[in-house]
Amino acid sequence: MRVCLWVFVVVIVFGFGDGKHAYQRLRTERISGSAGDVLEDDPVGRLKVYVYELPSKYNKKLLQKDPRCLTHMFAAEIFMHRFLLSSPKVLITSLLCPMTSEPASTIRKRKPSSGAFFPLLQRATLVQTFGQRNHVCLNEGSITIPPYAPPQKMQARQIPLDTPRSIFVYFRGLFYDVNNDPEGGYYARGARAAVWENFKNNPLFDISTDHPATYYEDMQRAIFCLCPLGWAPWSPRLVEAVVFGCIPVIIADDIVLPFADAIPWEEIGVFVAEEDVPDLDTILTSIPSEVILRKQRLLANPSMKRAMLFPQPAQPGDAFHQILNGLARKLPHDRTAYLKPGQKVLNWTTGPVGDLKPW
Amino acid sequence: MKLSMLQQSYMNRRSASFRASSAPLDSSTDSTIKSPAAIFWVLLHGLCCLISLVLGFRFSRLVFFFIFSTSTTTTLYMTTPFPPLAKTSTNINDLPLEIPVINRTLSSSSRVVVGRHGIRIRPWPHPRPSEVMKAHQIIESVQREQRIQSGVKSPMTVIVVTPTYVRTFQTLHLTGVMHSLMLVPYHVVWIVVEAGGATNETASIIAKSGIKTLHIGFAQKMPNSWEGRHRLETKMRLRALRAVREKMMDGIVMFADDSNMHSMELFDEIQNVKWFGAVSVGILAHSGGGGGGGESSSAVAEKDVEPNLSNPAMPVQGPACNASNKLVGWHTFNSLPYEGKSAVYIDDRATVLPRNLEWAGFVLNSRLVWKEARDKPEWVKDFDLVAENIESPLALLKDPSMVEPLGSCGRQVLLWWLRVEARADSKFPPG
Repeated sequence: MRVCLWVFVVVIVFGFGDGKHAYQRLRTERISGSAGDVLEDDPVGRLKVYVYELPSKYNKKLLQKDPRCLTHMFAAEIFMHRFLLSSPKVLITSLLCPMTSEPASTIRKRKPSSGAFFPLLQRATLVQTFGQRNHVCLNEGSITIPPYAPPQKMQARQIPLDTPRSIFVYFRGLFYDVNNDPEGGYYARGARAAVWENFKNNPLFDISTDHPATYYEDMQRAIFCLCPLGWAPWSPRLVEAVVFGCIPVIIADDIVLPFADAIPWEEIGVFVAEEDVPDLDTILTSIPSEVILRKQRLLANPSMKRAMLFPQPAQPGDAFHQILNGLARKLPHDRTAYLKPGQKVLNWTTGPVGDLKPW
Repeated sequence: MKLSMLQQSYMNRRSASFRASSAPLDSSTDSTIKSPAAIFWVLLHGLCCLISLVLGFRFSRLVFFFIFSTSTTTTLYMTTPFPPLAKTSTNINDLPLEIPVINRTLSSSSRVVVGRHGIRIRPWPHPRPSEVMKAHQIIESVQREQRIQSGVKSPMTVIVVTPTYVRTFQTLHLTGVMHSLMLVPYHVVWIVVEAGGATNETASIIAKSGIKTLHIGFAQKMPNSWEGRHRLETKMRLRALRAVREKMMDGIVMFADDSNMHSMELFDEIQNVKWFGAVSVGILAHSGGGGGGGESSSAVAEKDVEPNLSNPAMPVQGPACNASNKLVGWHTFNSLPYEGKSAVYIDDRATVLPRNLEWAGFVLNSRLVWKEARDKPEWVKDFDLVAENIESPLALLKDPSMVEPLGSCGRQVLLWWLRVEARADSKFPPG
């Protein structure tokens, strides 16, 4: 699968203040990740984002060619772009970046190596859909974002909260990708196939490759929702599970989850190693019920649900907000991000030698 | 031979990819000169081909990796040495080679390797009963928590008053009520008042319920006419209320006659009552011999009567509200169509009619009948002053307009009234 990268050239101005909204609800717990209780921070006043114009062939024309770009799971970029253009917090300048021969801004790349933009990337903060540790694309300082899931559709299909959760484990999706991996063993590193082979006879596991019309409603009636890796470690299932209050069971080794410093995923979801998949039922039934109830309380926190979504138009606390919060938390940059005194231009030829050659 | 061609093309590919940067491409240009080293390589390739044909993957690349590369390149793009155990039933085991171990030490602390992985299946991929039990307990605790979250915050005990007597259909009716009460998610106290004194038969039926029961014997025998039965039942209910008063029982009193049918939502709805509430009761006025009477639900097939325009499909008794959801009156049972045609004796075949307002449609806070209660409203009569021949519990109140209509102001029918009794000569099968 292609990896969509974002490159923002961010010129940061020191800001003051952090507007924290205290928001208390019954029977939910406050979510605080490793960076503290930052899910409800307000990025206003803490940073400025400059967006540089890019020739429309990279964004608008692509959208015209394929309107599916707006709805499928890779749509986060498009919405991010729109959000930035319409957000009051963002200063729009249409400049040509003077240091390169073509404007540098939202670039979708298919390969991790970047040619002339390498020094830019080294200094840039990548905002990318959550991915895998030790992957070339993923840098230590990147901000991982959730994949796009349509918020209106999910709001529209909510069922009353007192509908009892009667499905123990729920999953809908492919187990074997017969088109791309006919012999099995490559897709999902065999994890999804292992889930199917081990639990197809288990009535507690409601798993199949169906495309039911009641997918969202069924998720709201389930206690655990499996989020195994597919071709990529991430999937919109995580977002859907969080929004519908179903505890995500994440089966993906070395995955990096979105907003990992703001959201304590260990306390919200259940992590299962791919090699432990045959014992998944033992693992899930041995979780004490207090732990399960606590996870459900954390999931019921509305700020958690808001942080995973990309609503149009943007609302406070949504994923755009969290991205800006994450960027603001990176302030101030350490000195290597800035040009050193006496250095007038960046050296565009650093990077692996192979990158200097044309594609 | 195909094999040699395969080997040749294989070698060319190998050389193109691996030797481009290092040795000159002399093995392809000097293919005619067969040096011992070249022959050795050819043989090795052939051996590797055969092995990979058998095992199904190209591990020769792996061998070359270990022989030629010394630097610690990232292992992320390496093929794994796991053999494809697609559908075997054994757990995955490491290859006899030590390559996986070496892999791990070379890799940059990542457990993830790209390439073909085996599908792990445990020896007996079926649910284990102990785990199924645990899962069901988890489900139950989650649902309980959900009910607490979304339902009533502090549930009150439900005190159920049931007048009964020994007759053919007693087991049938009483078991029905008992099963409904056993499903109620709140604490239940069941007061069973029996006409003709407490008997062992009734005691044995209600002992199966598992809920707290109070079995009270009432000295009078049940008369044979419906009129007499209604009067006696009223007295028995008042006797039960007296027991509530004496024992100072705390909770919500509801009247569950033994032949009625109660929905589970009823028990949730009555938790909302403050002092005195009323719910809508659907009347299933069943006619014994077919024809006449009110039709119950559309499941009843006998529609050979002329359509009764004055009665709706199922007559409903209960509170009547105006547009602003305030109690303005009562829907009562219209007994005019049944003039002269209704049952008089209990084993008659004609229609049994309910009273104007059945006791079953009312619920009250048990403190209303206490001698002294802290916030007892003044529109309630003192229980000792209530006569014994009252029609409905409304007579307990001085001001009937203070009744709270429940079930979205009486629009929801939460229980159904039915009186079905056996003919005089029938006997319930024993055992």
